[in-house]
Amino acid sequence: MAIDILYFAWVRERIGLDGESVTPPDDVVDVAALIDWLATSSDAHATALADRARIRAAVDQRFATPDTSIVGAREVALFPPVTGG
Amino acid sequence: MISVRVQTEAFDPGVELAALEELGGGGVASFTGIVRGDGDLVELLLEHHAAMTGAAMETIAAEAAGRWPLLGLTLIHRVGALTPGERIVFVGTAARHRGAALEACAFLIDWLKTAAPFWKRERFANGTSRWVEARAEDAEAAARWR
Repeated sequence: MAIDILYFAWVRERIGLDGESVTPPDDVVDVAALIDWLATSSDAHATALADRARIRAAVDQRFATPDTSIVGAREVALFPPVTGG
Repeated sequence: MISVRVQTEAFDPGVELAALEELGGGGVASFTGIVRGDGDLVELLLEHHAAMTGAAMETIAAEAAGRWPLLGLTLIHRVGALTPGERIVFVGTAARHRGAALEACAFLIDWLKTAAPFWKRERFANGTSRWVEARAEDAEAAARWR
């Protein structure tokens, strides 16, 4: 099923997209696997997502961890650690 | 009274404090964050996940309201382009006694820094810019409330 991927801050800049709609293979079931799979889509994706320790995620607008399921998710956002306040 | 706002326009802490003072408590505490002009900074750009920010801030507000007996709390976070000296964030709390107001205020700003989807980009006088890196101290400050 298609998932809307959103990118923010330097992840957005390095990939060169605000977001995209993707349909991951069935064995991509969690955030970590989704990032691994997205990193294969282009050189820009690979570079932007290379440092997994600096990538954070939100699934359907809730903060997530690498093992958070994406099964049935409509939206996954990928971004650097937040710096508000 | 819980008031959570994300906005581009400036806010007036005096107006916000007056609203909290009207709630009948014995104490109002607040924190105002201001853009520092370190290193020839000319502009701070605040990006956020617009569809998620309000809910994330409501979650933080609800957590504070569950932990402390508050009469009211106000959270305001600005987004967009800000210049040094401008106010960027406001946390205000009202309670019957000072302890709850002060502790909840500290909790709210610590969590706003680590549990809401905002990102800062700094632009300098020489034309360069860079994304602000998350600080370990901020994560530690938030973790002490867990």
